[in-house]
Amino acid sequence: MLKLNNVHSFYGNIHALKGITLEVMEGEVISLIGANGAGKSTALMTTSGIVPAKRGSVEFKGEDITHMPPDEIVKKGICQVPEGRRIFSYLTVAENLDMGAFLRNDTRKIKTDMDYVYDLFPILAERKNQAGGTLSGGEQQMLAISRALMSHPKVLLLDEPSLGLAPIIVKQIFGIIKKINEEQKTTIFIVEQNANLALKAAHRGYVMENGLISLSDTGENLLANENVKKAYLGI
Amino acid sequence: MDFDYFSYLFFGGLTRGSIYALIALGYTMVYGIIQLINFAHGEIYMIGAFTGLIIASVLTMMGLPSLAVIIIAAAAAIIYASAYGFTIEKIAYKPLRDANAPRLSALISAIGMSLFLQNYVLLAQTSDFLPFPSLIPDFEFWEPYSHIWTSAELVIFITTVIVMILLTFLIKFTKIGKAMRATSQDKTMASLLGINVNRVITFTFVVGSATAAIGGILIASHIGQINFYMGFIAGIKAFVAAVLGGIGSIPGAVIGALILGWTESFFTGYISSDYEDVFAFLFLVGILILRPSGILGKSETQKV
Repeated sequence: MLKLNNVHSFYGNIHALKGITLEVMEGEVISLIGANGAGKSTALMTTSGIVPAKRGSVEFKGEDITHMPPDEIVKKGICQVPEGRRIFSYLTVAENLDMGAFLRNDTRKIKTDMDYVYDLFPILAERKNQAGGTLSGGEQQMLAISRALMSHPKVLLLDEPSLGLAPIIVKQIFGIIKKINEEQKTTIFIVEQNANLALKAAHRGYVMENGLISLSDTGENLLANENVKKAYLGI
Repeated sequence: MDFDYFSYLFFGGLTRGSIYALIALGYTMVYGIIQLINFAHGEIYMIGAFTGLIIASVLTMMGLPSLAVIIIAAAAAIIYASAYGFTIEKIAYKPLRDANAPRLSALISAIGMSLFLQNYVLLAQTSDFLPFPSLIPDFEFWEPYSHIWTSAELVIFITTVIVMILLTFLIKFTKIGKAMRATSQDKTMASLLGINVNRVITFTFVVGSATAAIGGILIASHIGQINFYMGFIAGIKAFVAAVLGGIGSIPGAVIGALILGWTESFFTGYISSDYEDVFAFLFLVGILILRPSGILGKSETQKV
């Protein structure tokens, strides 16, 4: 469904992606793990068109989207929850969700989706008239995921959903990610430093080192892999 | 204390403040969204006034009733000025933004645009003051005090209030308004949600230009004359008002404009009219020492 072919990207002067190839199939949960600075976030930013690939190509459903502007890529059905959540802090929770549905005009369906995310995260319904900036870190992550869901994406890109959150919240969020994949049939591509969690939740995983994919296998096999254990799981 | 004179100065300040507010909105909205001081904005106001004059003269010659003249001339000024705002953004700022140029380059581009437009109108029209017909008719509304608050001043005030209400509604409740606020906070995130950031920026320029054109045509009709240079000083004053209120804040721009209008009016009325601009800028310096980010400005602390 989503394919990166030998993608090279630069972040400023840094050659962040040195030719990565990976594929995400429809309905899958894929995790991309790796150390800080390996280029994981750049892979997502390149997919979203924020840091367009200098070489190689990004394909979505057979269409070349390498040089499409970010808003066109969202229109195709790829929506990203970036690192650090990036909530619009002066907009209310409900307005943040409205922005997720920016490209849509089907008022009734938007309402249904909004009820769905309020159902996933009841705390958001309680706080819907509060400014986004007043939410706690966990609530902001919930809002960021919900906001992306409001665009009704075919592929959801998640960058470090566990970053800076209490373990119990992280568990809750990964539970919801699985639920979204099962209930909405949304394909999910997660980038994580928390390799254990990310690989457990995923059908397949990729390991990234210094701008290159070094390993790829099913989630289970990667969890059992000696090198992965040593480098990323601390076992 | 002469209450009549005080009231006269009060309403005079209110009128000035209203006009400054209409111009300041454009500065503050554009700054809010791309952190650029659009120095060409005063020229948009001037072009609005010129368009109003040309259209109004033609229509009056054709013998249309004055109400029709005002409405058509104002509509033409708004459309024409908006088209200028749109074009300026496209040719002077967007290419720099696309090239990731430093913010200072865009500022220089803005100053260049301002000078270009002044001289363009100077060459295309004239360097003389042109008489501007009094488009707003005199009517009685609170006799015998109309020497204190004239009907033209009342119309300016009411128009300003209506524009503010419409703008508040636009920004608070419409989809494009929310997108403007979202874009001003985080452009990358906005584009990750499918918002076409460039279109939102263009829209902001168009709205700001339209309100400036309304200000231009109102003040021209009130003062009775215009020239190519009128946008410069009015633009600087409106810029002062926007900074005073806290640049980037819309209610701040209105409050800053009113305070500036009243300061000028009272100081010139009670002290001396020779130092009108001095008072305005002294006041600005004073407020900025006490509140560096302006009256309603957000302080620059960021949560990381």
